Amino acid sequence: MVEGHFGRTTRIRAMSEEQRTKDFLSRIDAKETIEPKEWMPERYREQLVRMMSQHAHSEIVGMLPEGNWITRAPSLRRKIALIAKVQDEAGHGHYIYSAVETLGVSREEVYRKLLDGSAKYSHIFNYPTTSWADIGMIGWLVDGAAIINQTMLARCSYGPYARAMLRICKEENFHKKQGMEIVSRLCRGTAAQKAMAQESFDRWWWPTLMMFGLPDEKSKNTAELMQFGIKLRSNDELRQRFIDMNVKQAQEFGLTIPDPDLYFDEDSGHWQIGPIPWEEFFEVLKGNGPCNRERLDAKIRAHEEGRWVREAASAFAEKRAKRRAKQ
Amino acid sequence: MTSNRVEHGGAAHTSSRKALDHFVLEIADDALVLGHRLSEWCGHGPTIEEDIALSNISLDHLGQAQCLYELLVENDANYGSADKLAFFRDSFEFRNCILVEQENGDFAQTIVRQVYFSAYYYFLYEQLSSCPISLLSDFAAKARKEVSYHLRHAGEWILRLGDGTTESKARAQAAIVQLWPFVEELLAPSEAASILIAESQVFEPSTVSSAYKQYLETLLSEATLEVPSSTAASPLNGRQLKHSEHLSQLLSVMQSTARAHPDALW
Repeated sequence: MVEGHFGRTTRIRAMSEEQRTKDFLSRIDAKETIEPKEWMPERYREQLVRMMSQHAHSEIVGMLPEGNWITRAPSLRRKIALIAKVQDEAGHGHYIYSAVETLGVSREEVYRKLLDGSAKYSHIFNYPTTSWADIGMIGWLVDGAAIINQTMLARCSYGPYARAMLRICKEENFHKKQGMEIVSRLCRGTAAQKAMAQESFDRWWWPTLMMFGLPDEKSKNTAELMQFGIKLRSNDELRQRFIDMNVKQAQEFGLTIPDPDLYFDEDSGHWQIGPIPWEEFFEVLKGNGPCNRERLDAKIRAHEEGRWVREAASAFAEKRAKRRAKQ
Repeated sequence: MTSNRVEHGGAAHTSSRKALDHFVLEIADDALVLGHRLSEWCGHGPTIEEDIALSNISLDHLGQAQCLYELLVENDANYGSADKLAFFRDSFEFRNCILVEQENGDFAQTIVRQVYFSAYYYFLYEQLSSCPISLLSDFAAKARKEVSYHLRHAGEWILRLGDGTTESKARAQAAIVQLWPFVEELLAPSEAASILIAESQVFEPSTVSSAYKQYLETLLSEATLEVPSSTAASPLNGRQLKHSEHLSQLLSVMQSTARAHPDALW
């Protein structure tokens, strides 16, 4: 019989910290879902706040590189689809910020950490979008990588995060299809369009492989996240899945993969890639990527310029509440 | 769709056929240009919620433009395609009003522009939805629902800004005054509209105009803002193809990718 929430709360109150943690981890092992009001180790809460806020920030900052092409999308259909897509990202960010709030941190507090530079977001959004093909590549590769990650997170131990991922994955799948359609169109198009696609692919291939994080032996969070049931697969496993899936896809598009060391390993049945340029990854994380400054500045500017609007809205809401109270 | 063809085919004179096309282009170009302007906010709004709302309104307008361009193409293959109308015409061929090509400015300017615009279309579509030209009435019936949401959204912001803080009130009032000279162009029927009115009584300009003014007066007074006293209209007029500098700048961005690859499919 599954223990009810009330029964569990009473039982847990009587335990020592150590017993509680042990009990918590056995629930994780039993694949139980943890819900907001339930007891959780402080470290579990911290890791979730860190990961979920990074995720929400990535959605919000990710609007910028794609938004960069809204005003120059080449057809009405593409323009409309791109706005709808970027709008979806705003919705995802909003949804995940709300999920973070279930851990006792306000959206304002979390957002402030993005603006003051103390919270991270996916390194991938610090790369520039310099041609229309980048919009296709982001949909196909970046959203494709995100889906692999998020499909795993949809089965993670924290209920609100898992449910958010389930919903978000559905829309991301649609975005990926949209991206692949753009790339496919370019690859079947004029010589200039094909060249545009290849040039863009050359720039995005390696950075998207870095999206899965450092190799397992160097990732400092992976072991703990796996113990907590937040991560169910390692960085390298997810990366390999992405590579196997997309080498084939790139070949179908007629794109050349910018990796002279790439080969198919008959024994393992997997594609093997050459060395990932991790120095570049560290530089971007340190804030020295091509667009780190621009991305953060854009969000700070929007926040500053919107301050008087938010103040007006709360002043009005207060006045209205007072007037209603008098009636 | 058949009925649209009949309406066009049944037009007694080429002049009224041309007037209908021009009138449709006025509405479509208004929607395209404003939809584009609103999309410039995407990722830069004052809150996430407002970012989403402005994108939504932008999407409605772009959808309206696309739908009308397609109707034009359906009735006259010489137009080529909806994309050709949007991406391969020059600024002096656009029939949008001057109001929509104005830059976004601050949030107050964007909201005031939207109220000025949506209020006009709300009352125009109310009349067009029962006009004898089915192409217009079918479209207006559908678009009116969208516009009524836009108007409610922007109207609520006018209340918040007007009756919010000292700063928001000053900004809202400044925007009201700044954009006022472009309202007259909306309310005065264009040449194309005048022909359609004379021939088919598509709408009654004085009814639209008085409902519009009444609405604005009520809204602004509730928001503790003032209706501008000056009646000086802008000498520019998009319906007569006399645009501000903003339109060609907007188009040079919007059309750049399409024009760099004129033979490409996307």
